[in-house]
Amino acid sequence: MNGQDILVEVQHLQQYFPAGGHGKNKRFVKAVDDVSFAIKKGETLGLVGESGCGKTTVGRTMLRLYEPTDGRIIYDGKIIFDSGKCPLKNDDGSDMTDGNGKPVLGKKTAVDMLPYRRRMQIVFQDPYASLDPRMTIGDIVGEAIDIHRSAGSKKERRDRIISLLECVGLNSEHANRYPHEFSGGQRQRVGIARALAADPQFIVCDEPVSALDVSIQAQVVNMFEDLQQEMGLTYLFIAHDLSVVKHISNRIGVMYLGKMVELADSFELIAHSVHPYTKSLISAIPVADPNTARAAKRITLQGDVPSPLNPPSGCRFRTRCPYADEICAGECPQMKEVSAGHWAACHHLDKVDY
Amino acid sequence: MKNRLPGLHLKAEDFIPATAEEKESLVIMRDSVNFWRDGLRRLKKNRVAMVSLFFILLIMVFAYVLPSFWPYTYDQQIRTSENLSPFTYGEAELERIAAGEKVFPHICGTDKLGRDFAVRLMMGARISLTVGLVCAAIVLVIGALFGAIAGFAGGWVDNIMMRFTDIIYTIPDILLIIIMAMSLKPALEQLVLHKGFLWLQKLGPNMIAIFLVFALIYWVGMARITRSQVLILKESEYVTAARALGAGSARIIRKHLLTNCIGTLTVTTTLQIPSAIFTESYLSFLGIGVQVPMPSLGSLATDAVKGMNTYPYLLLYPAILISVIILVFNLFGDGLRDAFDPKLKD
Ligand SMILES: Nc1ncnc2c1ncn2[C@@H]1O[C@H](COP(=O)(O)OP(=O)(O)OP(=O)(O)O)[C@@H](O)[C@H]1O
Ligand code: SF4
Ligand SMILES: [Mg+2]
Repeated sequence: MNGQDILVEVQHLQQYFPAGGHGKNKRFVKAVDDVSFAIKKGETLGLVGESGCGKTTVGRTMLRLYEPTDGRIIYDGKIIFDSGKCPLKNDDGSDMTDGNGKPVLGKKTAVDMLPYRRRMQIVFQDPYASLDPRMTIGDIVGEAIDIHRSAGSKKERRDRIISLLECVGLNSEHANRYPHEFSGGQRQRVGIARALAADPQFIVCDEPVSALDVSIQAQVVNMFEDLQQEMGLTYLFIAHDLSVVKHISNRIGVMYLGKMVELADSFELIAHSVHPYTKSLISAIPVADPNTARAAKRITLQGDVPSPLNPPSGCRFRTRCPYADEICAGECPQMKEVSAGHWAACHHLDKVDY
Repeated sequence: MKNRLPGLHLKAEDFIPATAEEKESLVIMRDSVNFWRDGLRRLKKNRVAMVSLFFILLIMVFAYVLPSFWPYTYDQQIRTSENLSPFTYGEAELERIAAGEKVFPHICGTDKLGRDFAVRLMMGARISLTVGLVCAAIVLVIGALFGAIAGFAGGWVDNIMMRFTDIIYTIPDILLIIIMAMSLKPALEQLVLHKGFLWLQKLGPNMIAIFLVFALIYWVGMARITRSQVLILKESEYVTAARALGAGSARIIRKHLLTNCIGTLTVTTTLQIPSAIFTESYLSFLGIGVQVPMPSLGSLATDAVKGMNTYPYLLLYPAILISVIILVFNLFGDGLRDAFDPKLKD
């Protein structure tokens, strides 16, 4: 990975939400724990995982909508957040150490986000909750223009709003209406137009289609692809199952209970996944060909996802992993490069085979 | 030509692209459904609310406009016209009528001091309404501000502020009003002697005490409602979206929180009015309300209780008026709630 064409990078990102208790007994929801990845310019990184594994939290923390508990966020070569407590990374992804083997920490940084708000945008999971019911569609889309004063005149503002609406398949007639007059798919388009109004380079698409009807999902996903081509956008595309993400993503990261467990090229991940959790996810994708479907063994995971309040020691997947042993319980597996650009975090990659 | 194929009668002009004006005429501009317009439409459809509104306006005219045109004043004592029943005249008045003068009838009779009861009812309604409106306004300002700050700040600020409201909530209000009225009386009586505070005298120290107690106690409910609203709205995705766009706190409060709270605030404030009127009435009935000779509906009722057997109408009029005022405000408030804040209905 060449440092030049990376747009966004997070290193050792951590997000703990306080969950009651005081002093020593203070408890935290460990929503995201030590997640690192980088997204290249113009690329789409898919992020998948079960509900509650921390995908939304990763997306929002990257934009600093939640202040990270720990970690470093780099945008376009500039550090926009650094907790000052985590080691810098070498070019090959390993942690930087000084002569004595001690990690070299970054400098505590937290820049003013306002200039970056225009560059990094987000499309929300729930098209019903993410539009202010008391604002017209025009004002919702125009909010970015108002905040950043990017329109010189009223007319320019209006023209921009209309062109944005047209860009997402709506028209000027919609501008004066209120959100409740729209369908889910149309609302999601409004949400996309609002994000585009800021003129961003990077958009976090937080399950933008999961709340929509299957018939509309494809339309909206196609629209995301078209917009990416036209405007050269970079996406972090979040979804809870692989079937949506595999078409639109260049690379895919798989999360489990706040941790990244595998990260690889889309084809590579689907065809040659190595992590037991990813394998179970892939086996859950419906296959059209009955012969292949019969040949493939469907892996059903036992038990539920443990609570992020109190995750298992060592490997977080061990309570449901068929290969788990004492090493898994004792030590947290680190991301290792199994082949070029294919990373996975598991102690027993050699044993895994379905 | 009978068998001509339907597809064959094509005309060239059908294929000329539409001009800009033609396109414009095809776009149907539907009226946008605004929150307020939508609510008003629902309110207008609500018969009960509209009738209540009509009565509220009627009572307002009765209380604020009519006394100025009435030939009697509320503290004017007419000799020989004591304890008249409706539409009768006292001796002196009868003489004047005999002398050819026109004398305005006492529609509701007079009380034992010979004061026209109709105008006293109007003044009583005026006092009661004023108490209701002013108290609701005080509650709105203090409660909404307090609740909004607690909700928006969150964390320990919210915690401390809300424990404070819990404490206030536990204070028995009537007891506090009585204590306040007693303890404020000497201080206010001193104050009234100064120039510029004469208007206070008309209201009387008890009335001031009522306002103060309202200001001190009754905002708690409003604060709680506002806080819970702000807490929910603050975490809503559209506020997160606004923050992602770079909106600051001021913009978020102005553009998102306020506009989304305003329905609830209007409704809660309206429903506060009758409860304030009710409190004032029974305090006046207990004799710790308004200062004589200023009447309030409650004090009119108290005065009438003594002669209840002989002059029952003197008790009936204020009692009915209080009931109607409280009823119509409650009904109208319910209508407002249904129209503007359906979520609040439970
Ligand atoms: N603001 C918050 N405060 C406290 N806990 C939170 C907060 N946001 C999320 N969490 C917790 O963090 C964990 C991860 O939540 P997150 O919303 O990131 O999951 P997700 O992967 O996006 O799930 P889904 O697919 O359902 O959207 C959950 O256990 C959730 O309860
Ligand atoms: S580290 Fe152990 S428990 Fe975790 S996935 Fe690998 S084998 Fe399973
Ligand atoms: Mg989510």
